[in-house]
Amino acid sequence: MFRCPERLRDTYDVVIIGAGGHGLAAAYYLARDHGIRKVAVLEKGYLGGGNTGRNTTIIRSNYLTPQGVQFYDHSVRLWQDLSGELDLNLFYSTRGHFTLAHSDSLLRTLRWRAEVNKHYGVRSEVVDRAFIKAHLPMLDLECGGHWPVLGALYHEPGAIARHDAVAWGYARAADSLGVEIHQQTEVIGLDVAADAVVGVRTTRGRIATRKVLCAVAGHTPRILDPLGLRTPIYVHPLQAMVTEPMKRWLDPIVVSGSLHVYVSQTARGELVMGASLDPYELHQTRSTLEFTESLAAHLLDLFPALGEVKVLRQWAGLADMTPDFAPIMGTTPIAGFYLDAGWGTWGFKATPICGKTMSHTVATGQDHPLIEGFNLARFARFEMTGEKGAAAVGH
Amino acid sequence: MKLLRCPLNGVRPIEEFAYGGEVRRAPNAEVCSDAQWGDHVFNRSGSPRVKREWWYHVPSGYWFIAERDTSSDVVLTTYGAERLREVIRRETGR
Repeated sequence: MFRCPERLRDTYDVVIIGAGGHGLAAAYYLARDHGIRKVAVLEKGYLGGGNTGRNTTIIRSNYLTPQGVQFYDHSVRLWQDLSGELDLNLFYSTRGHFTLAHSDSLLRTLRWRAEVNKHYGVRSEVVDRAFIKAHLPMLDLECGGHWPVLGALYHEPGAIARHDAVAWGYARAADSLGVEIHQQTEVIGLDVAADAVVGVRTTRGRIATRKVLCAVAGHTPRILDPLGLRTPIYVHPLQAMVTEPMKRWLDPIVVSGSLHVYVSQTARGELVMGASLDPYELHQTRSTLEFTESLAAHLLDLFPALGEVKVLRQWAGLADMTPDFAPIMGTTPIAGFYLDAGWGTWGFKATPICGKTMSHTVATGQDHPLIEGFNLARFARFEMTGEKGAAAVGH
Repeated sequence: MKLLRCPLNGVRPIEEFAYGGEVRRAPNAEVCSDAQWGDHVFNRSGSPRVKREWWYHVPSGYWFIAERDTSSDVVLTTYGAERLREVIRRETGR
């Protein structure tokens, strides 16, 4: 699908660290929109093997802040044309997205989100139990009597896509425009002189470059610490699991923040689901039985009929969390060093718009207007971009 | 099942505990700059390493300190919070 060049060149116009969806999308748009084709994407493992291949593939724009809603809405619109653009079937499937409310306070937050969404032209509505029942006849609205569903935020454009295909599609498209993708190439450090990037040291030698984009999700602190760049990022594992495949019965995506469940049915019939973050900092992707047990129990509160269904596999990714649940994107105090980080548990849906906005930022040296609310400098100004209320599950 | 040794209650399942974050020293709010205060409020050392952390045994309401490697999840030692001052003094000389 793409070339695997044997040797690194001595110099590139732009080096992108991380061949996940975000890094590859940025490479593609740098080449396509900005004519910058002497680009290397460096990946220490294999392409799409990080959080791009580990997330639960939900795409939505029903966020809380004006910055978030506009940003993710642009992303959803890019997603809708992406299979054609990349000439690869991404199995992009618009399903509708329900965020269930089990309490009055959550219903209030959903109302708030719906009104902000509608203001920016994003289709979200607060719906009642009858509407939920009509769309999800198999859902137990009483949740076994534990925590009855009072209503929901219904977000019609909510969708899922084949995550691996997104990485492959962007990789192939970038490659065809001249971008080099180097797997098994780990970045050991950055060379900085007079507060400006001058090079990248890798396990396969040194590269001279004036521009570096860091898109490495849970590995971000390891790149930033040697540079003396302080950020609020802290890493927690986020686990997920799938059931055995079934005939298609669950069309919409269902999220219950209070029960810590999000679930959808993939094109091949598996239920893919996740819960909240693991409860403490850890740089490890081991799975735990506690996660499987608690997620299965909560899933059965919603869908009691799944009692006999088997769990097929589980895994984890490293989520780079921020205190306001918004990403950290754009320019940094080091000239030529650009960050696409802080993607925590919410990065997959933003893949196309991150590529678009970061390629603009790298090409021009100025933050794209859509990401101005996400710059690292916001913390020094005590200006959070509070998206916690729009996170999939309560944290 | 993951286990953690509570200095008061012995080895217990990890679900009985709550994580309280890394032990950090706050700058003097009376004299520090806004930038120093912002750095303390928001920024963290996010890289994997051995960290000294606050942990709480929920059923008994007991706070204590664990020294844990955040890359391997191995807990090197746990001790009561009353020893924290002494441990830091021995380490830093103040």
